[in-house]
Amino acid sequence: MRLSRCPIMVPALIAVSLLSIPSTAQQRYLSSDVENGSRLYRNNCFVCHGPEGASIPGVDFRRGQFKRVSSDEDLLRVIAGGVPGTAMPPTNVTDSQRLALVAYIRSLHDSAASSVGTGDAARGRTLLEGKGGCLTCHRINGRGSRTGPDLSEVGGIRAAAYLERSILAPNESVLPEHRYVKVVTRQGVTITGRRLNEDTHTLQVIDGDERLHSFSKSDLREYTLLTTSSMPSYEGKFNSHELADVVTYLLSLKGDPQ
Amino acid sequence: MIRRLFVLISIMAATLPAQVTLDRLLHPEREPQNWLTYSGNYNAQRYSPLDQISRDNAKNLEQQWVFQARSLEKFEATPLVVDGIMYLTEPPNNVVALDAKTGAIFWVYEYRPSADARPCCGAVNRGLAILGDTLFMGTIDARLIAIDAKAGRPVWNIQVGDPKLGYSLTHAPLIVKNKVIVGVAGAEYGIRGFIAAYDVATGKEAWRFNTIPGPGEPGHETWTADTWQHGGGSAWITGSYDPALNMVYWGVGNPGADWNGDNRAGDNLYSDCAIALDADTGKLKWYFQFTPHDEYDYDAVQIPVLVDANWKGSPRKMMMWANRNGFFYVLDRTNGKFLYGMPFTKQTWAKGLDENGRPIPAANMKPTPEGTLVYPGVQGGTNWYSPSYSPRTGLFYISTWEDYYMNLAKMPAEYTPGQRYTGGAPRSPVPTLQRGPINTWTTENASGMVLAVDPNNGEKKWQFKMTDVTGSGILSTASDVVFSGGREGYFYALDARTGAMLWKAQLGGQVASGPITYRVDGKQYVAVAAGHALFVFALRQ
Repeated sequence: MRLSRCPIMVPALIAVSLLSIPSTAQQRYLSSDVENGSRLYRNNCFVCHGPEGASIPGVDFRRGQFKRVSSDEDLLRVIAGGVPGTAMPPTNVTDSQRLALVAYIRSLHDSAASSVGTGDAARGRTLLEGKGGCLTCHRINGRGSRTGPDLSEVGGIRAAAYLERSILAPNESVLPEHRYVKVVTRQGVTITGRRLNEDTHTLQVIDGDERLHSFSKSDLREYTLLTTSSMPSYEGKFNSHELADVVTYLLSLKGDPQ
Repeated sequence: MIRRLFVLISIMAATLPAQVTLDRLLHPEREPQNWLTYSGNYNAQRYSPLDQISRDNAKNLEQQWVFQARSLEKFEATPLVVDGIMYLTEPPNNVVALDAKTGAIFWVYEYRPSADARPCCGAVNRGLAILGDTLFMGTIDARLIAIDAKAGRPVWNIQVGDPKLGYSLTHAPLIVKNKVIVGVAGAEYGIRGFIAAYDVATGKEAWRFNTIPGPGEPGHETWTADTWQHGGGSAWITGSYDPALNMVYWGVGNPGADWNGDNRAGDNLYSDCAIALDADTGKLKWYFQFTPHDEYDYDAVQIPVLVDANWKGSPRKMMMWANRNGFFYVLDRTNGKFLYGMPFTKQTWAKGLDENGRPIPAANMKPTPEGTLVYPGVQGGTNWYSPSYSPRTGLFYISTWEDYYMNLAKMPAEYTPGQRYTGGAPRSPVPTLQRGPINTWTTENASGMVLAVDPNNGEKKWQFKMTDVTGSGILSTASDVVFSGGREGYFYALDARTGAMLWKAQLGGQVASGPITYRVDGKQYVAVAAGHALFVFALRQ
């Protein structure tokens, strides 16, 4: 029998559903496509186009700059067939993979990301670890807390605009795998933490003290999926230069120990 | 010739108790301890008269034995059980004979499919058929193989289609009289589908029904120019059979190209249809098309479930069908007349059904190059896994996905032999084949459930909800217990009347097959494949 969830769940789920379904403007690009495209990009495109898509003269994915394409259909065609007479080869990826690559390449370009390419990674690291206090919750290359999402590879899987939004408005960009939950056990113990996994009958959580819990839902008196991020907004805390520095540092994190 | 004689003798000597005669296949109710066909019964209800495991004692189920497959492919097979011996396929196309009581192996027939095989959606197999002492298996390289059930040796092996062109066989064959019937899959490679019957003794083709009609065949006019040549119409799953009407029933898959119908104007018969064929000749008796001119891949990939019951106060021979397109249908199986239909999950592609059961298309729901959001997503409201009908409860049990959508992008479709021919790409936050190891998605995107529907009025009697989606078949029993599972790896016994969970086991891998039940030496067993193993349960002694 399923657990009866407390009433707060209902608006929470609706809000999340709206977020998870792309709006008309973003309809072509699912977040799952962007993520899959990021992995494909690293395996297939990274060597020539570079980590930010700006290594080929005249082509800069961050700025939406291309030599021969403008529409998504153009991009799909070039990914499949390559560009004859150049170093761009045909690729043997599926239709879905091509669409994911397009979604990722498009995500690299976001004119709203004022910080793209303008910051200093070293200053960003100092800000992140000092003034920002980010390692209180996050972990980077073995340093910091495990309570929040590990950021060691974040530069390889997230685009600048997404990172900027996450810092300024954390509540708008919480991914399903990063949601926090609050549970109350039958014994009346309340535990809040990041949900690591869940199925019909169990729930796995890491709490603020980095303890791993696995609950049987039938043993819980209350289970609430939190709608808000536990991360504070840095709007007004980082000025635009500092924000650019932090984003630039995060973009440099590709999973290699530094 | 010697081989042929041997087969004839083995089929003719069908009076020995150990052999599976045609009469036994026609009357499974006389031997509920066995599971002789894919669905346990020609009517495909997946209902067992066994009742030792009941609503009261199901909590005492415990594992008896496990068979570990030597394969990492998805385990979608339904076993057969004949007089204490279980016959099982190990993906893609090995066959294993086991002691149904202990799991001890008698023999393994290892078949290595040709490197030309290109099954679109998994190197899987869904089961076997048996007649006399001969097992029959379709293979992913489009062969049909007869196998000696006692020795595990091949008897004959024929080519049904060209694997280089994408033809493959994934479903369990259907035995009707002296014929073994199979259909080919491969619409995603632009095949032209068919269902064909072969002589059980020799493998010689007896009849063939083209699911995509050619010039001169009725329905050909529903295709534009020569698009019929690559019109798809796969058979992904076994058919059912009504001996009294002498009709075999089959579900036909999507038209090709899947998501781009620009070049194939028309209804594209007999894609997405239920078809009724004369069992002796393969001639079409009637058809009912669920999704005319499909551009969503909502193929009729389900087994037709045959039910004899009262309909609006009068006895009626019916066919019940929970379709991938999200609608549940009741048809008169004597003539294909539409009796009833209703959506059983969220769908946005149709405004509803007209009085003949034809869908009324919703506006702005066609695939576009920019992408169109459509419910249900590409895996459908349900899919190939079997539903169940219990004549005791009168309820139809469906494994369904709820709140599940796709973003469907149309792309150009050009046929190249042996290459994918789909004309688009549907994407969804729900992983198509299985969930990742970590919580990368939740019910925020889609969830699975076992849904019990009253076929008389569409009333949803109960729902057993899961966090993850489900690709599990369903079994119901005479003790009003329903067995099913899901991607999370749980296997459940549910109360068939209320949906209350009676028992569960965590099997550590997704349940992607149909559970069965059987009895040996007075003890009732339940078997189900999950992950890469088959698990067998019975009551604690």
